[in-house]
Amino acid sequence: MSNEQKPAQEGLFSKKNRRLLIDPMNANNPVTVQVLGICSALAITVKLKPAIVMGLSVIVVTTMANLITSLMRNMIPNRIRIIVQLVVVAALVILVDQVLKAFVYDVSKQLSVFVGLIITNCIIMGRIEAFSLGNTPWKSVLDGLGNGAAYGGILIIVAFFRELLGNGTLLDYPVVEWMGLYDVGYKNNGMMLLPPMALIVVAMIIWVQRAKTPSLIEKD
Amino acid sequence: MQDLLNIFVKSIFIDNMIFAYFLGMCSYLAVSKTVKTAMGLGLAVTFVLTITLPVNYLLETKVLKQGALAWLDPSFADLDLSFLSFIMFIAVIAAMVQLVEMVVEKFAPALYSALGIFLPLIAVNCSILGGSLFMQERAYANIGQATVFGFGSGIGWLLAIVAIAAIRERLKYSHVPAPLRGLGITFIITGLMGMAFMSFMGIKL
Repeated sequence: MSNEQKPAQEGLFSKKNRRLLIDPMNANNPVTVQVLGICSALAITVKLKPAIVMGLSVIVVTTMANLITSLMRNMIPNRIRIIVQLVVVAALVILVDQVLKAFVYDVSKQLSVFVGLIITNCIIMGRIEAFSLGNTPWKSVLDGLGNGAAYGGILIIVAFFRELLGNGTLLDYPVVEWMGLYDVGYKNNGMMLLPPMALIVVAMIIWVQRAKTPSLIEKD
Repeated sequence: MQDLLNIFVKSIFIDNMIFAYFLGMCSYLAVSKTVKTAMGLGLAVTFVLTITLPVNYLLETKVLKQGALAWLDPSFADLDLSFLSFIMFIAVIAAMVQLVEMVVEKFAPALYSALGIFLPLIAVNCSILGGSLFMQERAYANIGQATVFGFGSGIGWLLAIVAIAAIRERLKYSHVPAPLRGLGITFIITGLMGMAFMSFMGIKL
């Protein structure tokens, strides 16, 4: 907890705080740069709607988990911190799961086990461990929001391409049919709906991102 | 016997944890640089999956499921605790991993030092919790089926990580476009392996 800062004179959206929110979007993206949270990410990107719901759930859980652990950071004994974090995250995920079951039951069925797997999503544990245990609540909330949103963003990009190219729809609206592409011989690529293509789409995102930001290229 | 064999083959090839569900992807990408460490982690995951699944199965059928507590007292017959399953499963997994770690350290020090840091890290490996959640969702008929499912899923995961580690060792000698080096090309290769594994889908079991 040595890197704790005193933000007494700092504004709520000072430059430093804004960086917490914006950095995860590109240079420090949790999915494509830090390689966290891929586990539960890819299987639910066949369609846009479950991906958006999943992204929102993860934003809620990371933000709340960061806030709670940050508030408790001076009370948690160091030796049992992992189990305390797991309990906080699991309790939040149970809440999210119950809310999803109550209000969007069909999406909750599509997500099946992957809502539960938010518990072991490395982004959440990683942010708690690396950030919120050593920072003030407001900063932790911003950090959680930034990372959750970056994760959700990747999910939505992947799901956008998979649903558009694989199914010809977006949020179940038949976009390709409206554009009249079927009449000129366009065919949906059913391959995009199968699991392996999610990996290839993510690889393409990584390729584009690293080509634009050469500092991210890995050395051998 | 036949159904056990079916579940075993199905969980290795058709419902492979990595290629069909992307579970345990974080450690799959992080620890697949050499075959030796990949083998160690794969064995540890198989081991933990095989022992946590029967325990969680008992927990699910004797405590959490609707009416499961009726063996304690008939008045509990319509009690449904299944909303607690996430927190119970993860607690069991964390406790079992701790227990396995202590037992292995005491009785097999050589294996313990070979597995090293991987053993405690398994508690947060998605494939372990995923195994328990799939077990709950698919409602296996008895504890034998659940155990075989856990063992098969572990073997499937082991197969995937050893294969990608072997490919990545060879990959050092090839010319990959700079932005794809490391992470990107690993994703693409995993995707191609997934497509190859999809050919097992045609098998009728």
